[in-house]
Amino acid sequence: MAVTAGQRSWLLTDTPASAFQARCQRTYLTWLIFRTNPIAVAGLVIVLTLVLMALFAPILTGGNGLTQNLAGRLQPPSAEHWFGTDQLGRDIFDRIVWGSRITLYIVGLVAVIVVPIGLVIGIVAGYVGGWVDQVLMRITDIFLAFPRLILALAFVAALGPGIENAVLAIALTTWSPYARIARAEALTIRRSEFIMAARSQGASTFRILTHHVAPLCLSSVIVRLTLDMAGIILTAAGLGFLGLGAQPPSPEWGAMISTGRQFILDQWWVPTMPGLAILIVSLGFNLLGDGLRDVLDPRGGGK
Amino acid sequence: MLSVRHLDVRFGRNEDAVHAVRDVTFEVGRGASFGLVGESGSGKSTVLRAIAGLVDRWTGTIEVGGEALGAERSKRFRREVQMVFQDPYGALHPRHTVDQILKEPLEIHRIGDRDDRVMQALAEVGLDERFRFRFPHQLSGGQRQRIAVARALVIEPKVILLDEPTSALDVSIQAEVLNLLQRLRRERSLTYVLVSHNLAVVSHMCDTLAVMRDGEVVEGMAVEALRSGTPTHPYTRQLFRAASGYDADLVASLVDDL
Amino acid sequence: MSDAALLEIEDLSVTYRTAKGPVEAVRGVSFTLGREKLGIVGESGSGKSQTGRAILGLTDGNGTVHAKTFRFAGIDLRHASERTMRSIRGNRISMILQDPRYSLNPVMPVGRQIAEAFLVHHRTSQRDARQRALNMLEAVRIRDPERVYRAYPHELSGGMGQRVMIAMMMIPEPDLIIADEPTSALDVTVSLQVLAILDRLVTERGTGLVFISHDLELVASFCDRVLIMYAGRIVESCAARDLAEAKHPYTRGLLNSLPKIDRPVAVLPTLDRDPSWAG
Repeated sequence: MAVTAGQRSWLLTDTPASAFQARCQRTYLTWLIFRTNPIAVAGLVIVLTLVLMALFAPILTGGNGLTQNLAGRLQPPSAEHWFGTDQLGRDIFDRIVWGSRITLYIVGLVAVIVVPIGLVIGIVAGYVGGWVDQVLMRITDIFLAFPRLILALAFVAALGPGIENAVLAIALTTWSPYARIARAEALTIRRSEFIMAARSQGASTFRILTHHVAPLCLSSVIVRLTLDMAGIILTAAGLGFLGLGAQPPSPEWGAMISTGRQFILDQWWVPTMPGLAILIVSLGFNLLGDGLRDVLDPRGGGK
Repeated sequence: MLSVRHLDVRFGRNEDAVHAVRDVTFEVGRGASFGLVGESGSGKSTVLRAIAGLVDRWTGTIEVGGEALGAERSKRFRREVQMVFQDPYGALHPRHTVDQILKEPLEIHRIGDRDDRVMQALAEVGLDERFRFRFPHQLSGGQRQRIAVARALVIEPKVILLDEPTSALDVSIQAEVLNLLQRLRRERSLTYVLVSHNLAVVSHMCDTLAVMRDGEVVEGMAVEALRSGTPTHPYTRQLFRAASGYDADLVASLVDDL
Repeated sequence: MSDAALLEIEDLSVTYRTAKGPVEAVRGVSFTLGREKLGIVGESGSGKSQTGRAILGLTDGNGTVHAKTFRFAGIDLRHASERTMRSIRGNRISMILQDPRYSLNPVMPVGRQIAEAFLVHHRTSQRDARQRALNMLEAVRIRDPERVYRAYPHELSGGMGQRVMIAMMMIPEPDLIIADEPTSALDVTVSLQVLAILDRLVTERGTGLVFISHDLELVASFCDRVLIMYAGRIVESCAARDLAEAKHPYTRGLLNSLPKIDRPVAVLPTLDRDPSWAG
């Protein structure tokens, strides 16, 4: 990220003149530390590529990945079809690019459901303590006890296949660890003097949770989320593979592997390309998560 | 202004209960400065926290401005009584800017003119607006403690409880912060309750003091009595002599179980 | 017991690489130490702790140590190998830190830790080491050595923990002890008792002591000589009993800014920092 000299001095000055400037400074300094880790940057590049791919899918592919061409089915990778064609003559590269939208959709939706629920339950349990803590943690334990894929299967079998149901199923099995993490952080933070100071000023519990506790728990939760992304993608792909996620002809990567697996010996590219896509994206999120964790290290305060 | 009678605090239950404060009684007049001196475990900080409403279970009577306090502290109480904590590094939220920290009490008590009041509070503690949007880790220990004092002042309380306010600061910074506290007390007719293990700090800041040990008040006196070296209780005398530095003969005469 | 200097330091400097450029924590520090109690006093950032750590070769990874002369008992520390340093640390030079809770292994009984401190540097039987540890516990005036031998660090009070630290640091009979704020976490009366023990042991065994602290009055009453540090430099060096006649404005400023019970002032004189003190 290139910044001009003027911007740089604005970002590094010792005396920020507004709250906005102060926040930009913190972000910039965090970025400077982050970028010293090449592996983490590689992860970020992969994730950004995924996002850009999803955004510019129409431009990159000039179609929608659904055009069939039975005459040209099962063609190997070539200049015309970068990743070859599948059993219905559809360009695999196109389908992977469009599939990235589905992947992002699933991952984004799960994140948006799981983080707030886990965070809220965790910090309330950790800060308030007592029987509230016990009840919330037992609920968390119950959800934690279910193996992710099996509960997702059961859920989808009950509600019927489809992306949204798959997302809901994944979210239900994923939120528990976040509550645990948030609770652990809240337990430590609760004894801090700045919390006592807030209480002695008359802050309500709600205010303390939202203004004081949550901001400090957020970084741990986000790091955990990024590291979890790989698992979420794989679970979604698993559901797709079993025909329980996105339905044909939707170019969801897991479903592509499933329908393509019979061709693995002679036309290896049909199931392998989507498999590689899943691998690379999972890796990217893992690397990014590792890098974020080093930068936002909760022990150091994440400054 | 502040009256504490037969204050008793226990932590924990039944046989494992720690009797942190036993039957403590003292009074502080309006505009006066009262010191609580003691070593660690004496219960002095617990007394302060009980007054501030940070202790769950206590018995006895605490009166501020003639009004007795119950189990909960009202918002009005919070406006009148504020606290400054010992650790400047821990008492400020690491992710809040100075501006946010100072606006917090104003927001809680729905007081207007927030920007003006923040600037005024900063000026009162000798910091200018350059500090307004810094984070705590960008401030020195002395600056953080000044922010803590500014935060206590911004809603214009009448009583300030000070828990070892300079113990974590360098000697030269301590002098500045103590001078600041004295000036503020004079200018705003504040009432102080100061807790410290440092007898010299208490003798400089306070009009009257009480010595605590094991949860009890062992002796109470005016600061002149301390200065003239006439404390009567042997424990106080011991603290007094220990305050002047290392002396091999003194150590030989120190008694652990007084 | 020779009269040769234990420590000879000339022009010591410790520089750290930071994101904002090199920072000199210690600059041009020179002093010698015999078998005496030397106090190094300074506020935070003065470089006093860094000096102590440099003597033991414990400077952090991104710091470099330079000196014109840097000798301990004749051994040149500038180019000493890690092996040499390991044979010196805990054996000939010991370090006592501020909080025993952080310096003692929390999952091992303290008696064993003391015995181990001896076994690391001397080949002898477990039983012999145990007996020596018990003797040390008695030497630091612990009333029930057997019980404390079996205790864990969290079961001890601050003062007892520090006494155990002293026992642990003195059992290999070092030539030099570096004590970095050894009593700052203790109550006044307890810290005086701990200092009395240290005083007696150091005098009995002729051990040199470097006492690092921010407490000017305590150091002046306990040590033989005092060095005052500011911004990485030594600004004053004098005998402890002459401290009241100190010359440097920083020292005078520090002395004046302390509140005194017997001499009340309305406003405490504050330090006017002169940039020239930082050299």
